[in-house]
Amino acid sequence: MTFDAFDNWWWPFLFIVLAGWAMTYPWRALGVFLGGRIRDDSEILVLVRSVATALVAAVIGNLICFPSGPAAETTLILRIAAAGAGFAAYFFLGRMILLGVVVAEVVFGLGFYLGY
Amino acid sequence: MSSRSPYLQEDESPSGFAERRRWFLIGLSKAISVPGLILCTAHIGFAGLAQEAGVTMWQAVFMVPVVWALPAMVILLGTIMTGGGLFAAAFAVMLSSVRLAPMVMSLVPELRSGRSSRLVLYFLAHFVAVTSWVIAMETIRQVPKSLRTSYYFGLGSVLIAINMVVVGVVYVLAPSLPPLVVACLYLLTPMYFVTSLWGSARENAAYVAMALGLVLGPLLHRAIPGFDLLAAGLIGGGLAYLLHLVRRAPA
Repeated sequence: MTFDAFDNWWWPFLFIVLAGWAMTYPWRALGVFLGGRIRDDSEILVLVRSVATALVAAVIGNLICFPSGPAAETTLILRIAAAGAGFAAYFFLGRMILLGVVVAEVVFGLGFYLGY
Repeated sequence: MSSRSPYLQEDESPSGFAERRRWFLIGLSKAISVPGLILCTAHIGFAGLAQEAGVTMWQAVFMVPVVWALPAMVILLGTIMTGGGLFAAAFAVMLSSVRLAPMVMSLVPELRSGRSSRLVLYFLAHFVAVTSWVIAMETIRQVPKSLRTSYYFGLGSVLIAINMVVVGVVYVLAPSLPPLVVACLYLLTPMYFVTSLWGSARENAAYVAMALGLVLGPLLHRAIPGFDLLAAGLIGGGLAYLLHLVRRAPA
């Protein structure tokens, strides 16, 4: 049952509700339910957070390595260099997300313009 | 911090409708902030991705209020793009969203007051995502306890509304933008994730999990397409946790 499996207007929206809302909201509800019952530094939450973090990091890795659209015309080296420069700026210059994003974009934009 | 704030006297404030509305509006205004701006840039990137994934504008706009968790939305797009099925998408989204539970858990004690019903908390939990959570954790103690739910409702709902508009507008504009701009929009999403993920880490295991996930994702993408995210999460997260246990174990 893929996103375009059925030829009607509402299936994609149902797909979004089932794979999106129905898979995210229960975690939020669980948070309300457990709020005040489990300490948020308990061991099981370390494992839970680790899996979630690795999964989102995998998304980032895939976005950098397998881009789509015009970004796909750039070299992998440029994309890694831009992301690395942005992260370094974030890491060393006061942990400001906006600064990291701007530095990465400048490096990437210049590289794209120069044909890397 | 600001002990001169008149709002710190807990639960002494009136909580009539006018007062609730006032704090709702103050919550609204907090969306105009640096985290709020960054969230907009991330949604600009999302709109560009949605355009390339082949979903319609309304489907992309629909995802914003319904899912309201950017990593989950990007994973959804990724599955749609590669023709993955409902169950693969659902499972990956579910695993990626586990972090919402501990975020809500830590916010609930701040939001709750004697008067707020649990139903209100279950409703407000839908608005919890990285940005509204960060803003709330920073500012909520300046709000009288009995009015915090109104404040958070204002903050969360306006963030969703603004970003629905952003996604719709950027989706429509994207095809007419020069390739340089579209390429730069693409990079917004991974940069927002990589920095905010690092910033939200609570323990060293999260840094290890992040490094492993970054490498395992692309490696497994080639090896087991469709299950790459799940496998990277379970393997990377599992290894990070094992390392955490080994380090913590008494020598």
